[in-house]
Amino acid sequence: MSTLAALARLRAVHTGTAQRLATVRHCHLSERPMVFIPLRLAGEAAAPLAAMAGTDPGHPRLLVVPQPRDRDLRFAFAAELAEILLPYFEGLQKATETVERRGAEPYERCVDAPQVIVPGRGAVAFVQLLGRSTRFRRAEGPYAVHPSVPVLGRWLTFLAQRAQYPGSSLLLAATEALSLHWATGQSTLEDANLASLVGWIDPPPGMTGASAAREAEDPLVWPPAGPATDPGFDTEVLAPAIRAYEETRSDRAAARVAEAVRSQLEPTWRLMWRAIGLLGTLPAAPGAAARWEGDRTSFTGFAAQLAEGGPPQPKRDGAVGAASRLARMERAQASYDAQRAYDDPLVMAAYRLTGEAFTGTVVATEPDRTEGEGRGRKLRPLVTVRTTDPVRLAPGTRLGTPERRGQQAEVVAIDGEHVTLKIVKGMGRGMAATPGAVPEAGERVCYAALTDEFQPPASLPAPEETPWTHGGPPPEYSPADDEPEEEWS
Amino acid sequence: MISPAAEASAVVDAVLADLPRHRGVVVDSPPGAGKSTLVVRAAGHLAATGEPLMIIAQTNEQVDDLIVRLAEEHPGVSIGRLSAADYAVPQRIMGKASIGTKLPDLGDPAVVVATADKWAWAGGRTWPWAIVDEAYQMRSDKLLRIAGLFERALFVGDPGQLDPFTIVDGDRWAGLSWDPLQSAVAVLLRHNPGLPVHRLPVSWRLPASAAPVVSEAFYPFTGFTAGTGPGDRRLSFTVGGMRTAYDRALEEAAATGWALYELPSRHTVRTDAEAVQAVAVLATRLLQRAPVTFSERGERPVTPGRVAIGAAHRDQVAAIQAAGVPDGVTVDTANRLQGREYDVTIILHPLSGRRDATAFHLESGRLCVLASRHRHACVVVARAGIPELLDAHPSAETVQLNVPVKFPDGWEANQAVLAHLSGHRIEAAPPR
Repeated sequence: MSTLAALARLRAVHTGTAQRLATVRHCHLSERPMVFIPLRLAGEAAAPLAAMAGTDPGHPRLLVVPQPRDRDLRFAFAAELAEILLPYFEGLQKATETVERRGAEPYERCVDAPQVIVPGRGAVAFVQLLGRSTRFRRAEGPYAVHPSVPVLGRWLTFLAQRAQYPGSSLLLAATEALSLHWATGQSTLEDANLASLVGWIDPPPGMTGASAAREAEDPLVWPPAGPATDPGFDTEVLAPAIRAYEETRSDRAAARVAEAVRSQLEPTWRLMWRAIGLLGTLPAAPGAAARWEGDRTSFTGFAAQLAEGGPPQPKRDGAVGAASRLARMERAQASYDAQRAYDDPLVMAAYRLTGEAFTGTVVATEPDRTEGEGRGRKLRPLVTVRTTDPVRLAPGTRLGTPERRGQQAEVVAIDGEHVTLKIVKGMGRGMAATPGAVPEAGERVCYAALTDEFQPPASLPAPEETPWTHGGPPPEYSPADDEPEEEWS
Repeated sequence: MISPAAEASAVVDAVLADLPRHRGVVVDSPPGAGKSTLVVRAAGHLAATGEPLMIIAQTNEQVDDLIVRLAEEHPGVSIGRLSAADYAVPQRIMGKASIGTKLPDLGDPAVVVATADKWAWAGGRTWPWAIVDEAYQMRSDKLLRIAGLFERALFVGDPGQLDPFTIVDGDRWAGLSWDPLQSAVAVLLRHNPGLPVHRLPVSWRLPASAAPVVSEAFYPFTGFTAGTGPGDRRLSFTVGGMRTAYDRALEEAAATGWALYELPSRHTVRTDAEAVQAVAVLATRLLQRAPVTFSERGERPVTPGRVAIGAAHRDQVAAIQAAGVPDGVTVDTANRLQGREYDVTIILHPLSGRRDATAFHLESGRLCVLASRHRHACVVVARAGIPELLDAHPSAETVQLNVPVKFPDGWEANQAVLAHLSGHRIEAAPPR
């Protein structure tokens, strides 16, 4: 936690209301998000009990597994869920745009992508497990399932894997999205409770955030947002209802289970839309749109892969796959951090406090300064900034600036309140700087040791050329007949 | 009884003998055990066979250091250095190696040295031999990118130092034998368990006062000894002190090799002003007292270049620098002090003033690097209350299936070092 975030939390305790951690919204918010609230049976890792899903706040669809221990019913649930999710994913693939690229073939990209919003981190993990348990199923042979089930499994896996990418908004956890923008007066562990988090941020009239959050701790008023259910509800309501269904297998008994879980899901359903409304009150950050483009590209790519009939995602990454995923994730993390700071002065303030960034006034410039001689002569304008921030940067550190994205400067010297920089990139070609590229005396500027520029990593070997140090080439993938049979099936 | 020197040289001979017999050979080297010497010797040995050799180091500085050593020890061997386009050639390697950004630019030297990152871009040729230096600090995904370049390799490194790290959550690969976040050696040995692993048994850097402490805390199952005896190294001051707490801490360190300068217990921000001030004053006071070392290298004054200050975070380093440190004294993070050697070190304890002990701060490698850079003495600056902090934060990491248990445990190593330091405690002067 940054010092600034700690201060915000203290203020929240003191005032009883949540404090803003961001001035803009750093995640994309779709116009038609799919809210998905899964519940699972206590004691089971991936046994769905119920789910509420839909894109219309007024018309949630309730899916129920009246006996979660029955595997056939579980996959019937998956098929029902596929009926809701697959048309949503497919509908978004229809409209595409052509993206031109420098030095490469233009490609088609969907103009919008799905956004599935779940209550919390636990639900994201559940989406991943549900994807894992369904993507290797088959429509024929032993344990046959509806053909839409393995397709659903691959979509859920795609979403869950994408959620690991820093800055991706295809699968959002509501608690995490809110915590990114507001600090509450409770611990981060308590922030994982959606009801108390929303209570802090948007208390009902006449209540403070703190008292709203206290009320949210009562599972009878605010049932847990899942995927785990309240143990009291489990023993007193759910267990008898499931037992009754087990004995009679009647529609009436199934409806009793459905009513029981509906009582648990409906409050969360309303909370989810309140959370989306709260996020919607913040203006979108420019970087969020850029990252959403990445999400759209990834969505388009996966849809194409699925249409071509590629195999389901492997259970584990191979050596080469793991290394290349790691490189992509690290790149995403670095550019996510930089973009957030450049988009939002409040995020930048945390870096200013640690001395990795500073804001100040330009006191002197040397816009025509050059370095080197002859053909190696380069334009290197000098800028001296006066700042009262505690600058802790070593000479030679590369800096970026939110005012002039794409420009890079290098710290030359720090002398008390004066920081001298030389601009090394993005000030124009030739021996004179582009007008406006070098800040003028009197201008307020901000510089930070963060760049969202990346160097492409060196290429990895092809998977079939995995070297001996990493176990050699992996065996070729061939869908085994016994694949649907797993230890747990 | 065999002398330490004979013991160490027997290991080196065994390593060289193993080279042609195996596809890979691993050498574990505790701090200051002559890792570079081994690399240089092995390089000369392999170059003498007439087959070309590639050497992989992790940072540009390590590459330059190796070139200097190679040129000194094997003047007849031609050396090439691959570098990035914006690499500024330092004075010390001028004329010692041909330098270029691409392999064909180098001519055809017997030995080519470059960083792992640079090697990843140099395809198009395979080498019969490679030496991977600092292999425990190399992430296995880097090795994956370059392992196709060589047929056989010698991996040398210090298992006790910092593990490679990442800024993202890598749990999804935990337990995989090719986990990209594991070190190159860990992955290599999991896939090739039959490869020989040698250990250098003697630390030539650490004095007799430090070797047992570091060995017990950080290398509990593969101990090492000091190359010098208890009386062989001494540190003394030619200028008298004033019996201040700073002076007493320095005198304690000079007499016993260790001192803990303890500030009163308090929760602070990372750049704890009082601790930072204490570190800076200790460094200044140390040099004011004109220290002199006596060792197997003879009698030498301690110049600022022989003193280092270490901390866990970059902002702490910047704060210490801003607090005023004598010119020429190195101030850096544990990551960047790896592989370096000084006469006296002053370190800011990673857990000083903290409210929690995170995995980052508990990583045993961090403390190990900081506590094993010195030839004579080490002064630790810390707030009181670290043992209590450790007790409140037992290691509670999730247990992952298939992940080999790693020793030492950071929590235990921290306790072991603190237990030793408690015998060398000097209470700080009350703030004015």
